[in-house]
Amino acid sequence: MSGILNSSIGRKFAMALSALFLMVFVLQHFVINSLSVFSPDAFNEVSHFMGTFWVIQYLIQPVLIIGVIFHFVMGFVLEIKNNKANGIKYAKNNGAANSTWMSRNMVWSGGFILVFLVIHFIDFWIPEINTKYIVGDMSGMHNGEFRYFHELQEKFVPIWRIALYCIGFVFLALHLLHGFDSAFQSVGANNKYTKGLKGFGKFYAIVIPLGFIFIALFHHFNH
Amino acid sequence: MVLDSKVPKGPIKDKWTTYKDKIDLVNPANKRHIDVIVVGTGLAGGSAAATLAELGYNVKAFAYQDSPRRAHSIAAQGGINAAKNYMGDGDSNYRLFYDTVKGGDYRSREANVYRLAEVSGNIIDQCVAQGVPFARDYGGLLDNRSFGGVLVSRTFYAKGQTGQQLLLGAYSAMNRQIARGKIEMFNRHEMLDVVKVDGKARGIIARNLITGEIERHSAHAVVIASGGYGNVYFLSTNAMGSNATAAWKIHKKGAYFANPCFTQIHPTCIPRSGDYQSKLTLMSESLRNDGRIWVPAKIEDAKAIQEGKLKPTQIAEEDRDYYLERRYPAFGNLVPRDVASRAAKERCDAGYGVNATGEAVYLDFAAAFERYGKEQAKIKGLKNASKEEIIKLGQEIIEEKYGNLFQMYEKIIAENPYETPMMIYPATHYTMGGVWVDYNLMTTVPGLYCIGEANFSDHGANRLGASALMQGLADGYFVLPYTIGDYLSDDIRTGKISTDTKEFEDVENEVKDRIEFFINNKGTKSVDHFHKRLGKVMWDKVGMSRNEKDLKEAMAEIKAIREEFWKEVKVPGTANEMNPELEKAGRVADFLELGELFAKDALIRNESCGGHFREESVELDGEQKGEAKRNDKDYAFVSAWEYKGEPSDAVLHKEELEFKDIELKQRSYK
Amino acid sequence: MMNLTLKIWRQKDSNTKGQMVDYKVTDISEHMSFLEMLDVLNEQLVNSGEEPVAFDHDCREGICGMCSLYINGEAHGPDRGITTCQLHMRMFNDGDTITIEPFRAAAFPVIKDLVVDRMAFERIQHAGGYISVNTSGNTQDANALPISKHDADEAMDAAACIGCGACVATCKNSSAMLFVGAKISQYALLPQGQVEAADRVQNMVAQMDLEGFGNCTNTGACEIECPKGISLENIARMNREYLKASLKG
Repeated sequence: MSGILNSSIGRKFAMALSALFLMVFVLQHFVINSLSVFSPDAFNEVSHFMGTFWVIQYLIQPVLIIGVIFHFVMGFVLEIKNNKANGIKYAKNNGAANSTWMSRNMVWSGGFILVFLVIHFIDFWIPEINTKYIVGDMSGMHNGEFRYFHELQEKFVPIWRIALYCIGFVFLALHLLHGFDSAFQSVGANNKYTKGLKGFGKFYAIVIPLGFIFIALFHHFNH
Repeated sequence: MVLDSKVPKGPIKDKWTTYKDKIDLVNPANKRHIDVIVVGTGLAGGSAAATLAELGYNVKAFAYQDSPRRAHSIAAQGGINAAKNYMGDGDSNYRLFYDTVKGGDYRSREANVYRLAEVSGNIIDQCVAQGVPFARDYGGLLDNRSFGGVLVSRTFYAKGQTGQQLLLGAYSAMNRQIARGKIEMFNRHEMLDVVKVDGKARGIIARNLITGEIERHSAHAVVIASGGYGNVYFLSTNAMGSNATAAWKIHKKGAYFANPCFTQIHPTCIPRSGDYQSKLTLMSESLRNDGRIWVPAKIEDAKAIQEGKLKPTQIAEEDRDYYLERRYPAFGNLVPRDVASRAAKERCDAGYGVNATGEAVYLDFAAAFERYGKEQAKIKGLKNASKEEIIKLGQEIIEEKYGNLFQMYEKIIAENPYETPMMIYPATHYTMGGVWVDYNLMTTVPGLYCIGEANFSDHGANRLGASALMQGLADGYFVLPYTIGDYLSDDIRTGKISTDTKEFEDVENEVKDRIEFFINNKGTKSVDHFHKRLGKVMWDKVGMSRNEKDLKEAMAEIKAIREEFWKEVKVPGTANEMNPELEKAGRVADFLELGELFAKDALIRNESCGGHFREESVELDGEQKGEAKRNDKDYAFVSAWEYKGEPSDAVLHKEELEFKDIELKQRSYK
Repeated sequence: MMNLTLKIWRQKDSNTKGQMVDYKVTDISEHMSFLEMLDVLNEQLVNSGEEPVAFDHDCREGICGMCSLYINGEAHGPDRGITTCQLHMRMFNDGDTITIEPFRAAAFPVIKDLVVDRMAFERIQHAGGYISVNTSGNTQDANALPISKHDADEAMDAAACIGCGACVATCKNSSAMLFVGAKISQYALLPQGQVEAADRVQNMVAQMDLEGFGNCTNTGACEIECPKGISLENIARMNREYLKASLKG
């Protein structure tokens, strides 16, 4: 097992595993967010649980953060290495003839997602951490009721943030349109289920980001 | 010098076994001190290099391409014969031996052919062990198909890429030895001459094709496995780089050259489309299993087709001339290659050709679509299948069998062969002639061996389909590695051969002088110009049908082209760089000599046998009227030529052929 | 008949910088192969005293894997399922400008003009592209080892690779995984290959990495441009084989 991360296939596998983990994370994030559309109370309950349950906070959250950082760092490292492997650039290269734009531009869609994530962290995650662990207020309450839903609504008021949010998810969709089945291919899953999986991948890559966008717009217009 | 074939005594069935038991071996500890050079890394050279290295010799292997995997053996499509009798149709070593000798029109050496048949089964075992993915049936066992000229199914195949898979097998065996350091591989190197020390072959001079550097390499024995000389015709199914230089250079240094006129013109190639044509593409002979060959029966139909006014599908069944089925009812479309080729030429010469050049015949699969389609309909229980459905089912079967060939045809000709018959025409393919070798595969120069297509031994005057791969691998895996030990056992105390000797220096200077000449000649015409002219003379006068007058003219014309070549050839660039024109110049210079000897050999052989057809020697009456007539009384010999300066001065030595185990018969495929 | 402008990469040798040079060819027949068109150009150059364009080619029937041109931005040009030597001029139109470059990758340095050095592929094969069996007259009978037709056919499909390097050339990462995956797959699918499976995949992948090929990001371009239609499935299989071997330790 030693040194597996030094090999090309090992890195590919690690990229895929972190991607699969992040896709699960995105899915659960989406499920919780969508509660905000149907029931503010349920959304508050679940948010409070996620924000205070120790397993999530002290075990899963660090893993997630490491996963995110790993996926980005490895992604950029590989991109640099791959560029080096290219040597002299072609005078004329017709990439569109044999591959999708998404597959050739993962570093750009990923890069934009990173920008989005930084802003997202500043917006949501850092205030959360500040309230809970610096200020020390683990109650999740504000003015006698759960603060989560209210905060969510507040954030979706400015039009610039909605726009950024939408663009961020468009890039996530583009990233996932290639990334979903790419991850499965990388871990060696290419068999009779691949066709179905690819279909599901397309569905996932479009519906989940679209859902996030819908939620944002919903709160923007229903404030 | 009297030619000694060194065929062991005893009954033919025991010769090889008894001989192997008695020849001298080199002990494993001594093999480490012995170097062997192998020039050419196709099936024969690749398998020999790998096996010699496995045995413990230090092998230096040379290839002009960038990898052994690119040798032209890779282009063989159809298959490899072996007398396994897996099909239970009565095959045996004797039958394979018999078919090969008969197919070669009784001009091969009996003992060599029997040995070939004997080791054929081992080849299949060996290749399967190496991971060669031969075609299998649903029971998981190996599948066989039948091939032209024989009555059993003994051909093993890997889709339409058998040569490729066998070569990759030998290549993988080489890779294992390269990794162990037992083979030192020299890619992009071309052997330009052999070096003899005290009469024995002790090394070669090679050019590094990337840097242009001239290198000396020494060894205790040299093995030439550089393939055939079909490119003497300019247009052939050979690769562009396929050349006779190694074989010709050793001929000039004392190795006799045997039967140069025995050249195979393959019947199923894609016809020429214009003067710019650089090579011809072969389509596996296996297509003849299912395709029917025809031309229009009426000359006016043929003219209309040539002018593009009529399509083949518009010609009614009764207006088609299935000339092979008509002339050879017993074998029909499966007659041997030489017979099929001449029959096509005969029809086209008579004006019945079916493309603009008038040099093409149809290979039609319509009947096979229907036959297979009906079979499939029955299997699938489709009782009321329409004609279209049946054709479609049949086409699926054909696609499974020959899909890659149909695709290749469509890419080249831009016509869909599922809808319209293919067009084919004969093209130069394989050279049965080559460097003369004895039973040990040693040439007339001690320590100099020649294997595979480059030697002359096993196919006589005509090679049967799927036999070339068999012979190449037999020589390389199972014959040479034994016989070379007998010679090398005397060399265990010789020690390393020095390249710092006068012998090496002299040959190196010869090579360098020649290269300097080409670079400095500054003539007016390109190398290709001369090659094309040579090819035209060869095709027109030393082609499928030959006569005394043409052959004499050909000799004179080739000599004239050669003289002009040495005055007017123009080679751009320098000697110390990659220079493809320089490489071609050296090769064409050798072809220009070989071509003349070829014509001379054809001239002295006033009989028709196998691929060599003399218009003066045909049956004059009876059922066989007009067919080739062999003359066993005067020509049952191998002509082995000794170099004496000009090709026209070459001296003929005859190795009389004795047939103790086969009765000589006039071939009949009627 | 067509008249064409060719933009061709010219480079004297591996130590000299190269550049694109323009040429004109006239009266090109649509039935010519692409390489025959280059033959016409070269004949023209030789006759006018210039150095002809060096390019690799040999069998000219799509099987040796020697030819290796990047034509109008695609490995082996615009057609599918073929090598450069099988590309015909009917794919182009009169007046076209055609860009012709060598296969590019750091691991495939240019030797001259359009000729590249693919020794990296050789060294990968040396690292494990074989089954260790000596030649002998008493290997077990070929039919003593039945192999399911399905596996044999799949192994054959993987083994159809001609080692041309189009996969590397076309890959935005210059990854050699299709090439290596094909060889790994051929042996992984056959019982003969099982004994050395773990060592083979580890050694071949290690050598591939050492040669400086990039990492596969599953764009699938290689599969599309591969003249022999080698499937991406082979890369997935290699990944599995590699993980299996790594977990074994």
